[in-house]
Amino acid sequence: MALLPAEFADLERFSGWILETERERYAKRLATPMEEMQAFYDAAFPRLAEANKYLEDYPLGQAERPIPEPQRNLLLLMMSLVLVSFPVEVWQQARVPDSGATYLDLVVEPRF
Amino acid sequence: MPHFPKPAEGSWTEHWPEISTAPVDYTDSVDPAFYELEREAIFKKTWLMVGRIEQLPKVGSYFTKELHVADTSVILVRGKDKEVRALYNICRHRGNKLVWNDYPGEEASGTCRIFTCKYHAWRYELDGKLAFVQQEGEFFNLDKGQYGLKTVRCEVWQGFIFINLDPDAAPLVDFLGEMGKGLEGYPFQEMTEVFTYKAEVGANWKLFIDAFAEFYHAPILHMKQAVKDEADRLAAVGFEGLHYDLKYPHSMVSSWGGMSPPKDLSMVKPIERVLKAGLFGPWDRPDIEGLDELPPGLNPSRHPKWGVDSFHFFPNFMLLLWAPGWYLTYSYWPTGVDSHIFESSLYFVPAKTAAERLAHELAAVTFKEYGLQDANTLEATQRSLKSRVITEFPLCDQELLLRALHQASRDYVKEYTDGTSAS
Repeated sequence: MALLPAEFADLERFSGWILETERERYAKRLATPMEEMQAFYDAAFPRLAEANKYLEDYPLGQAERPIPEPQRNLLLLMMSLVLVSFPVEVWQQARVPDSGATYLDLVVEPRF
Repeated sequence: MPHFPKPAEGSWTEHWPEISTAPVDYTDSVDPAFYELEREAIFKKTWLMVGRIEQLPKVGSYFTKELHVADTSVILVRGKDKEVRALYNICRHRGNKLVWNDYPGEEASGTCRIFTCKYHAWRYELDGKLAFVQQEGEFFNLDKGQYGLKTVRCEVWQGFIFINLDPDAAPLVDFLGEMGKGLEGYPFQEMTEVFTYKAEVGANWKLFIDAFAEFYHAPILHMKQAVKDEADRLAAVGFEGLHYDLKYPHSMVSSWGGMSPPKDLSMVKPIERVLKAGLFGPWDRPDIEGLDELPPGLNPSRHPKWGVDSFHFFPNFMLLLWAPGWYLTYSYWPTGVDSHIFESSLYFVPAKTAAERLAHELAAVTFKEYGLQDANTLEATQRSLKSRVITEFPLCDQELLLRALHQASRDYVKEYTDGTSAS
């Protein structure tokens, strides 16, 4: 079953990156080889501006009109893209260099 | 030649005669005896920021705050009269911790009508009054009016909830003084989309404030965050604040904001170009009242390139207000001489579109990437300071806030020890 809007069907193969929380997204980043993150980035980044444009018709924060599931999934997928942009664009590795065993947990996260 | 004008004395530091330019003794960050004195002289005597009123939206909303530094826990709660109160989280029967879930050491939050102790079901009203005693007839002349929860001083400034463990402390607004007054009226209440980060850091609480109280480190430690040419340029130029201010024991630094938006799109990473956001936040201001005419305490030099003001309210609260209309808080909660819990929250006007939400996400993710580097560097600093092979360190003019922090800590401890030895 399709998780994303039909216009973004080509990104279905990356649906493993549709994750509800930052904690899950960060854990997947740390557990995923660079080549896989690069492939996700290479496919999703060129669609980012288009996704933003497409999602303009689905405003957030309207209790009476919640964002439909496929569009919500697209936004969650793009949030994962934001997270993998650091390994791909900056670090060339999944972990922040010189960060050792340090962690910084997101304990309160805005939901939509 | 400075890029931005300095005071007539030739430096910011010398502008305040009470601040020395001599090397600073960092024994205060490794000495267990000094830490014990800080607990008494600072953390049990000054106003501590524990949260925002948005965390207590309705009658009965509560959250607990663990204060390891004072070996205690405090409940923050909105009462039936809508007032926000602070109560010691200690049942009056036999001292059990009143509010907690699963793990007694962890913080809890929620909504309730009444607090009920897990141990013997003593119940307390939201204002702390003892409402019910199990088998009350078994007790001896028990006057319930004398056994309410012990209260903690609690005052709210601009929606920030502060507590003070000293019942005789001067009012909060007096403590925050002119530096607080200069920020009044900022639309904090509009910025309710919150990201809160938490970490245990193996360093003295002052060392992390040091790290965030100067931007001198930014072009070096975080060099890889910018594209190569821009990183080289930033490192060569270094950092200079637009303006500094000291309203002892509080202080602030005002900084330019080169990246929001950048002069040239090639200066920033591809994702930033598309999402129009980065470490300095979204490039576009949200459409709310109160950002066109800022309170007088912000951007004190009225510089057109202004990007962020970073305020340090002694002892452990930092407030950063960014030109693109969002704010950031840092809190540092000591758990020992060489450890503390670091908490940071980013506050945005709630996103109305996916594009806005992703811009916030990029700002938050970027913050975490930087923060991880900062936190780990501190553990390295703590380790080398602990050897006490070298105890004094030269601080530059861009590190004025660090001098103010360490001096205020020493002054509070001295005043306390002078007072106790005199009595």
